[in-house]
Amino acid sequence: MTQSNGILARFRCGFESFQLDVDLQLPGQGITALFGHSGGGKTTLLRCMAGLQKAEGYLSVNGDCWQDDHHRLPVHQRPLAYVFQETSLFPHLSVQRNLTYGYQRIPADQRQIDFGQAVDWLGLSNLLNRMPEKLSGGERQRVAIARALLTSPRLLLMDEPLSALDRKSKQDILPYLETLHQTLDIPMVYVSHAAPEVARLADHVVMMDNGRVIAEGPLQETLARTDQPFALEEDAGVIVNAVIGERDTRWHLCRADFEGGSLWVREEPQLESGRPVRLQVLARDISIALAPNHEQSIQNLLPARVEQVATDQSPGTTLVRLQSGDTPFLARLTSRAAHQLQLVPDMDVWLQIKTVAIVD
Amino acid sequence: MSPEWQAVWLTLKLAGITTLLLMIIGTPIAWWLARTRHWLRQPVFAVVALPLVLPPTVLGFYLLMMLGPDGFIGQLTERLGIGTLPFTFEGLVLASIIYSLPFTVQPLQNAFASLNERMLEAAATLRASPWDSFFTIAVPLARPGFLTAAVLTFAHTIGEFGVVLMIGGNIPGETRVLSVAIYDHVEALEYSQAHWLAGGMLLFAFLVLVGLHTINGRLAGGVVK
Repeated sequence: MTQSNGILARFRCGFESFQLDVDLQLPGQGITALFGHSGGGKTTLLRCMAGLQKAEGYLSVNGDCWQDDHHRLPVHQRPLAYVFQETSLFPHLSVQRNLTYGYQRIPADQRQIDFGQAVDWLGLSNLLNRMPEKLSGGERQRVAIARALLTSPRLLLMDEPLSALDRKSKQDILPYLETLHQTLDIPMVYVSHAAPEVARLADHVVMMDNGRVIAEGPLQETLARTDQPFALEEDAGVIVNAVIGERDTRWHLCRADFEGGSLWVREEPQLESGRPVRLQVLARDISIALAPNHEQSIQNLLPARVEQVATDQSPGTTLVRLQSGDTPFLARLTSRAAHQLQLVPDMDVWLQIKTVAIVD
Repeated sequence: MSPEWQAVWLTLKLAGITTLLLMIIGTPIAWWLARTRHWLRQPVFAVVALPLVLPPTVLGFYLLMMLGPDGFIGQLTERLGIGTLPFTFEGLVLASIIYSLPFTVQPLQNAFASLNERMLEAAATLRASPWDSFFTIAVPLARPGFLTAAVLTFAHTIGEFGVVLMIGGNIPGETRVLSVAIYDHVEALEYSQAHWLAGGMLLFAFLVLVGLHTINGRLAGGVVK
C-alpha cells in the first residue's frame, strides 16, 4: 500500500439500511466517473474521500496520506475541492467574494490557478458583482466550479454537478468541463448517473451498486463489459476513440477512423480532418447480419467477430460483445434473433450500426 | 438626576449589559442545541426554557436563596471577597441573564437550525476551519436571528419586575428600575407619574416590535430568498 501514484481509497461505513465497502485504486490523473443508480453509494464514497462523511478507512492521493487508521485529516485541511449537486454558493456574498473565499484561505505560494484564469475559463467576467440569487442554475454551477478550482486542489470531487440543471445549461457547462480536463493536471472524481455525461467526460469508470464496486477500469473497456450492463440499461453501449478522416461533401458525411475500421458520421462544422473524436455507439443501435447486406439503408457496416453472448437484464434480450479490428462493440438483440442466428464466440458476422453519436 | 431619569438610566444600563453578556453566553448554547444529538440536549433545552414558564417570583426566590449568604453561590462570592449579590446591581445583572436566557437562545437556535448544512460543508472544502466558517458563514446567515435575539432580550429585561423585586429590592440608583418605579408610584397613588413612565414603556415596546419586524423583513429580503 505504499504506491505513490494514484488515488488509494478504502472505506467502510454503515447506516441503518446501507453499507459502503470499497477498496479502490484510481488513476492519479484524468477524470474518474463514479457511476451507477442513485442510492448505490457514489455520493457517500465521494463524501468519505472529502472527509465530510466519517468512515473507517484509508485514503492517499498521489503519495499524500489523508486518512489512515490512526489519523484523519479534517475536511478543511485536505487540499481538495468539492462541487456539490445543488447550489452551494454563499447567499450573502457576491460572486466575486464567493470566488475569493477559498482562494484567500490558501497560502499565496500554493496558488497555481490565477483568479483571472478561472474567471476566464468559466466565462464569469460579467457576473462578478452579482449576488448568487440573481444567477441562473447553470451560472451558479459555473461559479461553484471556479470557486473550487481557485483553491488549487490536488483532487477535484464533483457530485453530479449537472444533474440539477436543464438540458440547455448542461450543454453550456460540458464544454467548460472538457476544457478543464484538457488544461488542468488535477485528478477529478465525478459522480454521475447519466451515461452520456460519463461517456463524454470520463477516462476511467467505477460502477457502483449497493455500496460496492461492481466493475472498474478504463472507460472503453468497462463500458464494453457484458457482465454489468444493468448499470447502463438503455444506455448500454461503447465508446470508440476515432480521428476524423475523409469528408464526403456531397452527402455531408465525415469518415471517422478508429483502430481496425471506420464509421460514417454526419458532417458538422467543427469536424475538420485530423480531429480526434469520441463516438458513442449504443448497443440498441446495432443489429447483426451473417453476411454484408448492401440492399438496405444503413451506411455503417463493419465486419466483426463474436466474443461473448451474454444474458441481459430481461430474458427477452441478449447482449453480444463483438470485436471489430481492436475495438469492442456491444449489440443488444432479441434473444430469439440471437438464437436464430446461432451466435457463438469466434463467429464472423457483420455489424449494422444505425446511429453513431459524437460525444466529444 | 431626578429619580425618574435615574430609574430610566438604570433600566437601560441593566438591559444593555444583560443583552451584551447574553449574546456571548447564549450563542454557544444555541449553536450546541441546534446541532447536537447528545442525550443532554433535551434536558438543557428544558432548563434554558424554564424562565418562560416559571413565575418570576419563583425564579427570584431561588436566586435569592442561592445568592444569599447561605446559598452556595453566595458563599462562593463571599469567599472571593465580592460579598453577596442580592440587592446589588451585579446581582440584578446575574438574575436578568438567567431570566432572559430563553429570549436569546431560542431565536438564535432557530436561526442556526435553519442554516443549510451544505453551506458549512462548502466552507470546509474551501479550507475554512470550523471557527472560520462559524464567523464568516453561520453568523452572517443567521443575522436576522441575532437581531431578534438582541431586541427581545433587551426589551424583556426592561420589562422585568418580579425577579427584580425579589432579588434587587428598591434601592435608588442601584436596583430601582423602571417597572419598580412605576409600582412605587401606583402604591403612593401618584398616578400621573405612573402614567408617564408606563406610557413611555408602552410606546417603547411598540416601537421595538415595529422596528424589529421592518429590519428583519429587509434582512430576509436581502440575504435569503
